[in-house]
Amino acid sequence: MNVLVLVKQIPDPNNPYQLANNRLKRDGGQNVLDPGDEFGVEAALQLTEANGGEVTVVSMGPESAMEAIRRALSMGAHKGVLISDDSLQGADALVTARVLAAAIKKTGFDLVIAGVESTDGSTGTVPGAIAELLGVPLASFAKHLEIKDTTLHIQRQTEKGYDDVESPLPAVLTVTAGVNEPRYPTFKGIMQAKSKPVEQLKVGDLGVSADEAKATQTVNEVTPAPARGAGEKFEDDGTGAAKVADFLKEAKVI
Amino acid sequence: MAKIWVYGDPAQDSTGFKTTLEILTKARSLGGEVEAVVFGPGATEAAKAFGEHGATKVFAGDDAAFADTIGTVAATALHQLVQENQPNIILFPMSYDARDVASRLSAKTGSTLMSNATDFTGADGAKTAIFGGAQIVDVKFDGPDPKLVLIRPKSFDAEPSGGTAEVVSVSAPTVEGAKVVERHEQAASGPKLEDASVIVSGGRGLQDPSNFKLLEDLAALIPGAAVGATRAVVDAGWVPYAMQIGQTGKTVKPKVYIAVGISGATQHIVGMKSSDRIVAINKDAEAPIFQLADLGIVGDALKVVPKLTEEVKARKG
Repeated sequence: MNVLVLVKQIPDPNNPYQLANNRLKRDGGQNVLDPGDEFGVEAALQLTEANGGEVTVVSMGPESAMEAIRRALSMGAHKGVLISDDSLQGADALVTARVLAAAIKKTGFDLVIAGVESTDGSTGTVPGAIAELLGVPLASFAKHLEIKDTTLHIQRQTEKGYDDVESPLPAVLTVTAGVNEPRYPTFKGIMQAKSKPVEQLKVGDLGVSADEAKATQTVNEVTPAPARGAGEKFEDDGTGAAKVADFLKEAKVI
Repeated sequence: MAKIWVYGDPAQDSTGFKTTLEILTKARSLGGEVEAVVFGPGATEAAKAFGEHGATKVFAGDDAAFADTIGTVAATALHQLVQENQPNIILFPMSYDARDVASRLSAKTGSTLMSNATDFTGADGAKTAIFGGAQIVDVKFDGPDPKLVLIRPKSFDAEPSGGTAEVVSVSAPTVEGAKVVERHEQAASGPKLEDASVIVSGGRGLQDPSNFKLLEDLAALIPGAAVGATRAVVDAGWVPYAMQIGQTGKTVKPKVYIAVGISGATQHIVGMKSSDRIVAINKDAEAPIFQLADLGIVGDALKVVPKLTEEVKARKG
């Protein structure tokens, strides 16, 4: 089967995020494959190892997003597609979905896998919009998955527990962190990734019009939130617990 | 005058449509025409509370197919209603199901869709908090109506205004999609996190899943207290997802939030920063959680918490 995985390169979440021109600063610092996407790559690899087929990694982003694709290829994915175009700077969720859906259609697919949401933007609406644009079901928030015959079975995370959900293929699937344990790239994998094919596309190659690629959200301004009053901090010298208990008493909760 | 729609998500039933009622309260304060849409079993019943919170009309669909098909049935019905009634903006609670419906509708109508909003300013703009709430971003919308906005829980206080809503019944269209075949609900004990007056929450600093027992012992002594957790320990399988607080998880606002062995990743802070008071216990003096804490104890959680349990016992007499 033909499994596509959507990945995103993001600024390393272990470093504080910064803004540049009211957008997240994406250059000048350390960038990584979104840790949430590693679960999608792992899920795709396990599915194709069990059922045969190929894993294609698809990303939209600056030229440097090639590093994120190479990382996924080094984990074992077979090939990549990178859509990089200056006109896409500042793209919102719907524009991103249109561009990715067009690339997915062009590539062909049985299953598209994405993380539930990106770690930097956290919008979580790109996969649903892609499913709609492709005209296929969305099986979202999977914490467990398997394919039997041609049906996708997932355990879908809910507020109160989980639901067993079934979907015919082709479909779009989103996976939560914790759905699997992503593998580390091996040295051999890293070397092989360098020669795996990555197709590079522009918006014009995808039949997405300039109008469709135009963001419909703009930032008016960014202002600091009212700060919480600075609190007190103590090194625990054995009286830390008593200080907390006094605090709880004063707050009238005990 | 803007026509504002508010979407009710029955999957949020555990919180009694709270987020929807919060959004309705804010929406009616803007002085536009406020109407609501709610799909799934219990929809018509919910219309009463929606009316009391400011909706003058509620489009209600009780068919189980709305809830049992992931996104597609609700999005198709909503699209139909949008074409017939032309709202300027639709406000959704930031829940799993609403997110799947809103994202599909966005692709159908070509409308802008904003996630994680913490405030809205009318039919063409909204605000969101980024970097764990340190910065507020004011966003302006363009493109076709209706603008679509997903709003985080507890962004506003819900207050009834005492109105009644006209109920318009909506039937479920026949649309394919991923289907729910069985539901599993984890039995919950003690107060719900969303309602708890005190939350004792644990992260990686607890070092081992068995140490959550220390937090449970403490919480058992405090009236209305519940135990929460960070995404890191939920992903690691230490505790169930129902305990997760943060961006992907619950948003809480207790009187006191006690963060134990929690460093304060943005993902977590988003879900608890509005707590009235925050206590942090962590051995890393540089942990970002201390920037939020009213009281910070730099020390070993495994030593401080059992002692705290004893101290609380002593103060209760």
